[in-house]
Formats: sequence, structure tokens, C-alpha cells
Amino acid sequence: MEGDVGHHDLSISELENLSNDCRKHIVRMIHKAGAGHPGGSLSAIDIIVALYGTRLRFDSSNPDWGDRDRFVMSKGHASPAVYSILHEMGFLSESDLSTFRTLGSVCQGHVDMKWTDGVDFSAGSLGMGLSFGLGCAIAARMDSSSRETWVMVGDGELQEGQVWEAMMAANFHEVSGLKMIVDRNRIQNDDFVNVQMEVGDVASKISSFGWNVKEIDGHDMGEIVDALKWASDQGTGPSAIVAHTTKGKGISFMEDNPSFHGKAPSDEELSLALEELS
Amino acid sequence: MSAPSAGGASRDGYGSALLKLSSDPRVVVLEADLGKSTKSCLFRAEYPERTVSLGIAEQNMMLVAAGMASSGKIPFASTFAIFTERAFEQVRNGIARPGLPVHICGSHGGIHTGTDGSSAQSIEDLAIYRTIPGLTVITPSDDISAEELTIQLLDHSNASYTRTARNKTPRMYDTESVKELRIGKGSILRGGDDVAIIACGVMVSEAMEAASTLADSGIDACVIDMHTIKPLDTKLLDEIRMKCGGIVTAEDHSIIGGLGSAVAEYMSSVGGFPVQMVGVDDRFGESGSSSDLMESLGLTRDEIVERARGLLNSR
Repeated sequence: MEGDVGHHDLSISELENLSNDCRKHIVRMIHKAGAGHPGGSLSAIDIIVALYGTRLRFDSSNPDWGDRDRFVMSKGHASPAVYSILHEMGFLSESDLSTFRTLGSVCQGHVDMKWTDGVDFSAGSLGMGLSFGLGCAIAARMDSSSRETWVMVGDGELQEGQVWEAMMAANFHEVSGLKMIVDRNRIQNDDFVNVQMEVGDVASKISSFGWNVKEIDGHDMGEIVDALKWASDQGTGPSAIVAHTTKGKGISFMEDNPSFHGKAPSDEELSLALEELS
Repeated sequence: MSAPSAGGASRDGYGSALLKLSSDPRVVVLEADLGKSTKSCLFRAEYPERTVSLGIAEQNMMLVAAGMASSGKIPFASTFAIFTERAFEQVRNGIARPGLPVHICGSHGGIHTGTDGSSAQSIEDLAIYRTIPGLTVITPSDDISAEELTIQLLDHSNASYTRTARNKTPRMYDTESVKELRIGKGSILRGGDDVAIIACGVMVSEAMEAASTLADSGIDACVIDMHTIKPLDTKLLDEIRMKCGGIVTAEDHSIIGGLGSAVAEYMSSVGGFPVQMVGVDDRFGESGSSSDLMESLGLTRDEIVERARGLLNSR
């Protein structure tokens, strides 16, 4: 897939297979590093795979191509999900993945545009990515470019007020090139979101800020692909997809389990995980 | 060096610089409601299509600027100095860490801001921004140097923070002498070998007055406009160390972490040197006129003179 600047057009089954491969990368990377965030990587990966596999225009042989679409991973702790797809799309080698979280690695603990080709934002502090994406999208409009900016935020992240500042501004400035995906996996660092600070009916809230909003099952590849196209097709105002997901999706003992927000699998857990993904 | 003349406020220089930078289509201006105060309104009036209003939401503004910088724009984002501080972590993590050339201007810096009271008087901005790796920190002394230094930011690859002042100060430069200014190089406004007065922002004119008073009693003071706090002009500090008996720093800022601290840190790293700091002594301000406040907090030419004499007497 290297050097391809057009949209990819992977089939649903190809996307599903790619997701499965990425899940294996994710658990291997985190296991090897002995640290990382499997839960939120696994909840997000189906959407990220569909985005790279059907929508984003990029060129892995020219990562800084100015007119590429942008992907802003605001929930930057789910970096293994991003690194796994960047590997599959030709930006990173398998050996790059194996250096995750080690000194000098291009795979920093949280995604960082300064360190990694193909990464468009330096995340790690929640709440900032939508604002950054808004800046990218306003710049694209000033350049009369049709490039799109896609931002993924977590649902716990919606507790940060800055996200709502950005939503208000995106609507006010009618920035249709900005597309947001909410990974609504219902779990944050300490516990379930509704225990820590419930964010409630996310779709209604975003809609009340003037955005186009669609809710989907964030693990149904057909629904994801359709929703991404729907968001692309919205020519007026910013658009959001609220994706209902399962934290740790695909690995039974990690699913809906807050303790796997930020914990590496043991040797035994890795074997079990890879068995389930085979 | 011509005698100081009446000038504008440094924020006026920022505003006029934006207009002069407008010929570069990459330049964009971001506002958080206070464009009439920071003077970015001058750019907005001429180039509304390149001005982005973000409302009273400084954290969002900083990251919108970062996103625009990552897309090839050269953003100038301004609000009051104190309100940039609300977005400190955004500046740290979202702008400086990825190395995006966003130029932040905090106007109404310091006690000099006056009657609005302590909530509006940023006295720690220089200190906090100085701790961020790679961030250039500037505080010009008058309108004309503010304009020149802001114009130079166009070709400055690092992110920057510039503090401007609300109120007018005497002009330290003229249209010729201002051309000698360079970001990162202290400007020698007056030569002298006995003691060095290193000042920034609105205290530069006070430093010049202090040097005149000292001259009347036979003390030869040099005066440096250290408009760039970071990177600090350590070459100039080395020259001062070799010829002068001590340094008095003067800033409209807390004595913790600002210009005085920066100078003292460097001097201690090269074996030590007498440094006296004139600044806000770890307290908040209050409402009052600029001159009453500066007087009551000891940000005066008289205080500089006294510290200089004290340094020389203790030798």
C-alpha cells in the first residue's frame, strides 16, 4: 500500500482481517513494552482501520504531503492502535513496533507528530485534539483545499471543557471539513465513565452544539464504513460519529474491564489473547 | 542614541507589526475576544478572512493555532498575558512540544496594567514560559521595538511568547536604531563600566533615568534592554561580567523566575557575580494608577539607583 495517495477501497472482510492483525500488533506491543493502554486501543481499532482503509488520502512515501487528509488521535494513549495501522499502511516497520515505549523509539508512549511519520498530532494530554483538528480544518479551508481532518476523542475525554470550546467554535465557523469520532467505550482510567463523571447522551449534546451527528455500533465494520462516508459527504457544518464500542474489544478477559485501561498483559494473558485472535 | 521621546504602548507596536506582516499570506491572527485591547483588531479590520475569533476560550485558541501552524500557517494568537497563563499546558504540550511556530502575544502584562487590579496583572508569565524548552520569550520596552521584534518573528522557527504593555512608555528607539535589534541579542542603550542595569519591558525607561541619576554622582552605569529573556544573551552577560562591578536587574514581574532569575542563574553557573533584582517581591498587585502601583511596589528608578549604589558600596 506504499505510495498510494488515493483512497483505499478495502472490502468489509479485508477490513475485518486487517483489524484482527492490528489487534495482534496491539497486544504484542504492549506486552513487550510491559506498559501501555490495550483497552482503548482495542475499542478504537475497527474505526481506525476503516478510516485508513476507505477514506484517508495519504502517501506513506511522502508523509509530509501537505494536502493529505489529517488524522488527529486525541486519545493519544491508544497509540498502539495508531502504530499498528501505520505499520500496515507502510509508515512503520515491524521492528519499529517492537521498540514501543523504549528510549529513542519512533513509537512514543503517546502519539507524537515530532517522532513518528504519519502521526499528525502530539497527544497525551486529553482534550486538545479537537481544537488542533479545528485549526487544521480552518487552514484547509483558507487554502481552498478539500482535505479532511478526522479527530478521534474518547468519551472520558469529553469531561474536558476544551472539547466543548472546540465544538462551539467549529459550529460557529461552519467548518465542514472537520469530522469527529467519539470512541464511546464507557470506561476511563479509574473506572466506568458513569461512575467517574457521566457524560450522558453524547449524541444529543453534540447535536445541541450544532453538529451533524450519527450514532453507530463501533465494531460493525459495515456500519462504520457507511458512517465515515456519511460524515465525508456532509457539506455543511462539522460532523460527528458517536461510536458505541467495547473497551478491550476482541479479547474476552479485557472486554468491559476497567483494569485493562492501562495495563500490559502478562505472558500467559498474551498467549490467551493471541489464541482468541487467531 | 537619541533621547527617549514620548511613544505609544508596546501593544500598539504589536498591532502595527501584524499589519506589516500581512503581505505574507501564511500569516493568520487568532483572537479570544480581546482584539481591541491586544491591537490585533488592526489586522482584523483589514484581513477578516485571515482572522479567527475563538471567543473567550484561550485553551481552544492555542490548539487551533497549533493546528494551523502544522498546516503551513504562521499564527499570531493574542489575549491578555494573564489569560494566556490559563492555557499554559496547551502552550507546553500542544505548541512547544511538537515545535510548532505559533507566536503568542500576552498584552496588559505586569503591574503597569494598573487600575484593573491584581486579577489582570500578570507577574509570572515570563517565569512560566521561560521553563518551556525551545520557547522564545520576549518583552519589548516600547511600541517601536515591539513592532520590530514582532516582525522578526515571521522568520523565527521556534514558538514564541511576547509580553506587551497596556500603557504608554517613553520611546527608547527611533526608526534607525530599532533596526539594530535582534531577537536573542540584548540592546546596549547606554555604555558604562561601573555597574550594569539590565532591564526589560516598561522598566527600561526607568533604568535609563536611573543611569542619569547615577551619572550625576559619578557612577557610570550601562543600560541593557534585555528584550529577549530566552534565549538569554549570555555573550553580553560575559562582557558585563568582565568590565562591571555588579548587575541590577529591573522588571515589572515577580523577582521569582523572571529576568533577574535568568541573569542570576547564568551568573551562578559561571562562578558567581553580584546581582540585585528590582521587581515584584512575591506579592500580588492591586488597583491603582500605573505610577502609584510602580511606586508602591518599588518598581522605580530610585530603587534601581539605591540597589546600584548598594552594590558598589559593598565591593
